[in-house]
Amino acid sequence: MENIKHFLGNFFVTGEPMIYMADVAIVLVSLGIIFVLTYFKKWKWLWKEWLTTVDAKKIGIMYIIAALLMLFRGGVDALLMRTQLALPNLHFLDSQHYNEIFTTHGTIMILFMAMPFIIGLFNIAVPLQIGARDVAFPFLNAVSFWLFFAGAMLFNLSFVIGGSPDAGWTSYTPLAGKELDPGVGENYYLLGLQIAGIGTLATGVNFFTTIIKMRAPGMSLMKMPMFTWSVLVTSVIIMFAFPVLTVALAMLTIDRLFDAHFFTVAAGGQPMQWANLFWIWGHPEVYIVILPAFGVFSEVIATFSRKKLFGYHAMVFSMVAISVLGFITWVHHFFTMGAGPGVNSFFSLSTMLIAIPTGVKVFNWLFTLNKGKIQFTTAMLWALAFIPNFLIGGLTGVMLAVAPADYQYHNSYFLISHFHYVLIGGTVFAAFAGLTYWWPKMFGHILNERLGKWAFWVFMISFNVCFLPMYLVGLLGMTRRMYTYPAGLGWTSLNLIETIGAFGMGLGFIIMVYNIYWSARYGERDTTGDPWDGRTLEWATTSPAPEYNFAHIPTIQQVDDFYYMKKEGRQKEISKAPYKPIHMPNNSGVPIIMAVFFFIGGFGLVFEWIWMGILGGIGVLACMLYRSFETHDHHYIPVDEIERTEREAGRFS
Amino acid sequence: MSNEHTQAHASEHTGFPWKHVIGLVLSLILTFAALWCVTSFAFSPALIVTVIVILAVVQAFVQLFMFMHITEGSKVWQITAIGFGAFIAFCVVAGTLWIMLFAL
Ligand code: HEM
Ligand SMILES: [Cu+2]
Repeated sequence: MENIKHFLGNFFVTGEPMIYMADVAIVLVSLGIIFVLTYFKKWKWLWKEWLTTVDAKKIGIMYIIAALLMLFRGGVDALLMRTQLALPNLHFLDSQHYNEIFTTHGTIMILFMAMPFIIGLFNIAVPLQIGARDVAFPFLNAVSFWLFFAGAMLFNLSFVIGGSPDAGWTSYTPLAGKELDPGVGENYYLLGLQIAGIGTLATGVNFFTTIIKMRAPGMSLMKMPMFTWSVLVTSVIIMFAFPVLTVALAMLTIDRLFDAHFFTVAAGGQPMQWANLFWIWGHPEVYIVILPAFGVFSEVIATFSRKKLFGYHAMVFSMVAISVLGFITWVHHFFTMGAGPGVNSFFSLSTMLIAIPTGVKVFNWLFTLNKGKIQFTTAMLWALAFIPNFLIGGLTGVMLAVAPADYQYHNSYFLISHFHYVLIGGTVFAAFAGLTYWWPKMFGHILNERLGKWAFWVFMISFNVCFLPMYLVGLLGMTRRMYTYPAGLGWTSLNLIETIGAFGMGLGFIIMVYNIYWSARYGERDTTGDPWDGRTLEWATTSPAPEYNFAHIPTIQQVDDFYYMKKEGRQKEISKAPYKPIHMPNNSGVPIIMAVFFFIGGFGLVFEWIWMGILGGIGVLACMLYRSFETHDHHYIPVDEIERTEREAGRFS
Repeated sequence: MSNEHTQAHASEHTGFPWKHVIGLVLSLILTFAALWCVTSFAFSPALIVTVIVILAVVQAFVQLFMFMHITEGSKVWQITAIGFGAFIAFCVVAGTLWIMLFAL
């Protein structure tokens, strides 16, 4: 009896009122969802239309829903931290709880918010932009999504079952080693990221292949839309960077679970090797989340300036340059480790070099705007605000890249502000811009512009109110990851302003969510398929696009060909009868079931229940085996169904 | 470049995928051989490292030939991809050695 009590006391996180409240909320929401689905008899619909889908458009929507949920979770973490730091000597959170929250905040925001958000946009836009019917490996695409989802859920479970990780999103050894950090928290980090990471790697392979192999006839690489280019380059970075993370996570897992010594000094291991491996992945990772953002802005700025993107070739070459340089700058995250002047000088220089191609891109956007007929839509506002905000982040990055100066800035709030300016001002603004821009393509209606602009102004101003003072408070000596601070250091008022800004961003997010609800009910329907008078192929089909994307695959003659198609009246050919049956992949339940086994195995390993880990592994292998012998994995959409779909869209001719 | 027929993928392969099975078995053997090398404590560290590196290189070739279609497709692409991979591998390995020796 005592044993069971002891076990349960450790298994569930106890003793924290906020976490009890979360427990209650989780149970209530789950019951609510189950009730609604059962009451409206939606289980079958959910399974057939969504959970088993291999359609990139739907997978993209699921990615974005998950990313928004994670943005909410990570945002709540952020507000808890900002509340604790609003004034000196507060006891809203204790130090342990604060450690856990900054760890989950960072990990969730990068890996479970930014990544799925941009990958969601890949799924929604890329196949349409290149005139394909789906990605190259639709089944693998579903596997990617469900692995990401399983990893994210495993990681999120930690705060109610077993305890959250608390060694930072960078999880540095020896702090994250078993000796200094016993318990299951870090195991959650390692296994959650491992499972999601496999999914991301597969996404990289999938989109690389899709873009190389499945472009519409006539679309040579140099005629691709810029967003597609950014996804191509990003996929390459994913394929070369993520394996390093996989290996590093596996090594630390082996250290913690099976008492190896890769990162412990005890038997000749090197704790600092973790920092090295982590950033070999970590720096390319920040480019993985920023390059697609550049792609989104290139599309949005060109569309709403009513002009061709300025300097197409320069844009492409600077992205390729960034992808190569991004692999040789990683030491700038640990200049202070003291690898020596030779090492630090080299990596200082390589880091500064990246600012050059980045600057080239900024000038290209500016020249695209120059003499354009600018339309200030919500998506365009995000893009316009991105330029100065990202510039602040990039310039402070160059300051950090000066190795001797970084001994001062490192791990201060100055650094915190740098990376929030690039990640929020870059990636998050792009996610919002992309979401607004492609929303009609996803759902067939337009997000309300008035509410969208309110959300933009509230969020963007609050963002600066929150993060600009952080540069100052960092220069005044406040370091990151401190859970409280004494009065009288000149930090108090700046911290209070930051907290106000943080809540303002929360308000902006709420307006955005309300806009989603409002527009779904009353928003303007997009009957044309081309609400922004777009320039690329995704606007050539209906909103939302039919399952098969295009009745006929268009032939491409130049960059922005859809713009010329409209001028020359060629766009009608895409839906012109007669049709031929269209070959499409079948839905499959295997990906989600496989992800469940991954989850089970991962959960087992978190608690070091090896039998459960093995069980999960067997399940995964069984799924793979089953899939290998599945021969009926495709079907044809018959001509009359295509006719019906096209007629309903008013396109049949 | 694709046309309407190559858009979706059918499982139209014929015959038993021997290549893949052999590749899988070889990869497993090579991986477990490396593991055994380390856990058996039978060799000196220098020898272990040498053997592991050799096993890794052999496995890389197994995968390139058995799974990764290295003999098919356009040469330019293959050479570019392998070249880029070699470049990254060099940066990671040489960079790590340079950094972690704390020598310069
Ligand atoms: C002009 C381009 C950039 C330069 C020169 C640059 C430079 C740096 C340097 C030197 C550091 C380490 C500072 C320290 O730890 O003391 C750093 C940290 C960081 N940067 Fe950048 N950066 C640039 C762009 C970006 C972009 C585009 C992103 C992401 C979208 C980004 C995300 C980050 C993050 C997340 C960290 C801190 C991670 C951590 O310690 O937790 N940076 N940057
Ligand atoms: Cu970096």
